[in-house]
Amino acid sequence: MDSGFGILASYSYLDSAVKAIEQLRKAELKEITAYMPYPEHTVEDALGYDQSPVRVWALVGGLCGAAGGLAFTSWTSMEWPLVTGGKPILSIPAYIIIVFEMMVLFGALSTVIGLFINSRLPQVKPMVVYDPEFTGGKYGVYIKVPEASREQAMRILNAETPDQLQEHQMGSGHG
Amino acid sequence: MRNDTVNGSRGSLTHPDIKTMAEVNVDVLRPLSRPGKGWWMLLGLCVLGIGLMLWSWGIQMVQGIGVTGLTSPVGWGVYITTFVFWVGIAHSGTLISAVLFLFRAPWRQSIYRVAEAMTVFAVMTAGLFPLIHVGRVWHAYWLIPYPNSRFLWPNFRSPLVWDVFAVTTYFTVSAIFFYLGTIPDLAAARDAAKGFRKKLYSVICLGWRGTDREWHHLSKAYIFLAALATPLVLSVHSVVSWDFAVGIVPGWHATIFAPYFVAGAIFSGVALVITLSVLVRKAFGLEAYLTSKHYDAMAKLCLVTSMIVLYAYLSEFFMAWYSGEEVERAAFWARLFGGYWWATWVMLVCNGFIPIMLWFKRVRHSIAALFTISIFVNIGMWFERYVIIVTSLHHEYEPFAWGMYRPSVVEMGIMVGSFGWFGFWFLLFTRLLPPVAIAELKEILPKPMKPVVSNPLVTAGHPGDMSNG
Repeated sequence: MDSGFGILASYSYLDSAVKAIEQLRKAELKEITAYMPYPEHTVEDALGYDQSPVRVWALVGGLCGAAGGLAFTSWTSMEWPLVTGGKPILSIPAYIIIVFEMMVLFGALSTVIGLFINSRLPQVKPMVVYDPEFTGGKYGVYIKVPEASREQAMRILNAETPDQLQEHQMGSGHG
Repeated sequence: MRNDTVNGSRGSLTHPDIKTMAEVNVDVLRPLSRPGKGWWMLLGLCVLGIGLMLWSWGIQMVQGIGVTGLTSPVGWGVYITTFVFWVGIAHSGTLISAVLFLFRAPWRQSIYRVAEAMTVFAVMTAGLFPLIHVGRVWHAYWLIPYPNSRFLWPNFRSPLVWDVFAVTTYFTVSAIFFYLGTIPDLAAARDAAKGFRKKLYSVICLGWRGTDREWHHLSKAYIFLAALATPLVLSVHSVVSWDFAVGIVPGWHATIFAPYFVAGAIFSGVALVITLSVLVRKAFGLEAYLTSKHYDAMAKLCLVTSMIVLYAYLSEFFMAWYSGEEVERAAFWARLFGGYWWATWVMLVCNGFIPIMLWFKRVRHSIAALFTISIFVNIGMWFERYVIIVTSLHHEYEPFAWGMYRPSVVEMGIMVGSFGWFGFWFLLFTRLLPPVAIAELKEILPKPMKPVVSNPLVTAGHPGDMSNG
C-alpha cells in the first residue's frame, strides 16, 4: 500500500479504542495497529488474535535442550568411560538434572528468539507513527487505508471522539 | 479533554492511592532523576567494599589458598557459606515474578521489579564464590565442558557439576526474565527522558512502541518463561542442597535437604526483598505502590517458610536421635553444644523464633518491625549455612579427625566485600531502571472507561460496575 493514508487516533478511554477497532474491522479495514500502555486483552480480542506461535518456540526449544543434554552427558561418558563412585558408565538418573536444566535453558532462549521474531523486535526503524503518551495511559489506533476508504476510516475514528488525530500520506511505504 | 472523569478518580483495591495511569509513570520514573548526596555516599561505601574484596582476593591469588582458614577437616568454609547464602537470596525474585505470576497473586506487581533485580545481582555475587573458592581462578574455565586437548569431560555424576549447570541456567533465565519485563518500562522511561538518557533508553528498550503485536507475543512469551522458571526455582536450591546431601557427612546426608533448602532460600530471599524494598520505598516515596498489603503478604510468606525451616531443624535433631546412629547423634550434639554452639543458636533464634512474631497482625503491619525482623532473618540464614557446612565438617566420623575452623581475615574481607559488590549493582539499578513495573501495575488498575452520562438520576459517583480492574 504505497499511495495510501495512515491515520493515528489516540483515545483516553479503553472502550473508545475497542469500539473504534471493532467498527474498522467491521468495515473491512484491517490494517490496524493498536497501541497500549499495558497488554489489554479486550483490544487483542477485538483485533481477533489467535494463539501466539511463541508457544511452539518454547516447546521445540525445551525439547531440543532436553535431548541435547541427554545426548551430551551420555556421549561424553561413553567417550571416556571412567567408573566413579561405583556407578554405571551411563548413570541416567544423575544426568536427568543436566537434562532438566538444559531443557529450561534452551526453552527460555528459544522463547526469547521466537518472541523477537514474532513481535519484530528490536525495532530499529525510527518511529514515525507514535505518541509518547501511549506508554503513559492512552490507547492508540493506527490504520492504513487506501484513498477510497479514507473518509470512512476518518468517520469511524472520529465517532469515538479521539483526543488527537494525526494523518499522513504514505509516499515511501512508511508506517 | 475529559481527564477529570469519575472513573479516573478511583484506585484499585491493592493501590487505593493511585488515581490515574499517567500518574504511575510520573511517580515511578521520578527516582531516575539526578541522584542525591546519600546515594553517592552509599555508592562510595559499596565501591570501598568491592575494593576490599579485590584486595583480599588479590592476596589469595598471590599467596595461595593457604591464606584462608580452610584446612583439614574443614575444607568448605566462609566462601561456600556465602555462596549458598547469595544463591538462596536469589530465590525470591523468580519466586515472586514467576510462581506468583502463574498463581495470579494480586500483590506481586509492584514488588517484583525490586525482587528480580535483587535476584540477578545476588546470582552475580554468588557466582564469584566458587571461582574464589577453587583457588587458581585462572583455571576456572576448566569447569566448562569443552573439547579440550585430552578430551576430558566433567563428571556428570557429580553434584558439583549439576550445580554449575543449575546456577548458570538460573542466572541466564532470571536475567532474561528481568530484562523482558523491563522492556515496556524502559520505553516509558524513554518517552519521559531527555538528552543522553533518552538515547540510552531508546536503545535498550529495543524500539518498543507498545503495539498490539508486541504485547501479544510478549505476554505469551512471559507465560512460557514463567512456566519454565517455576520448576527452575525449585531445582536450583535442590541441586545446591545435593552438593551436601549426596556426601555421607553426618549432618549433610539427609533426604529432607532439598525441600529444606528451598524453603530456606525463599525465606531469606523474601526477607531481603523486605529489607531492600523498605529502603527503596522510603527513599523514593513509593508508599502508594508498596502498601501494607504487600508487606503483609510478604510477611506471611516469611512466616510460612520460617515454620518449614524450623520444622526441618527440629526434625534433623529428632532423626539424629531416633536413628540411633552414634556418629549422627554426636554430630548433632556437637552442633548444639560443641565449639560452634553460638552459630547454631543464632540460627535457631533468628530463623525459628524471632519470626514467630509475624503471627501477629500488628507486627505484619508495622514496616519498622518487619524491617528489623528481616535483618535478623538475613543474619540467621547466613549462620544457617555456616552451621550446616562448618559444624558438619568439623565433627565427622573419626575423633582424631575432628578440628576447628577459624575464618581468616582474607575470607572475612571477601565475604564483607561481596555485600559491596551486590549493593553497587543494586544502587545502579535504582537510578537506571524503573523500580516498579509500570506496565504490569496498570494491568491491575481500573481501566479508564467513558463516563456514563445516559441517566441524570444516577449520580456520577458510583460507576463501579464499569470497571474490569
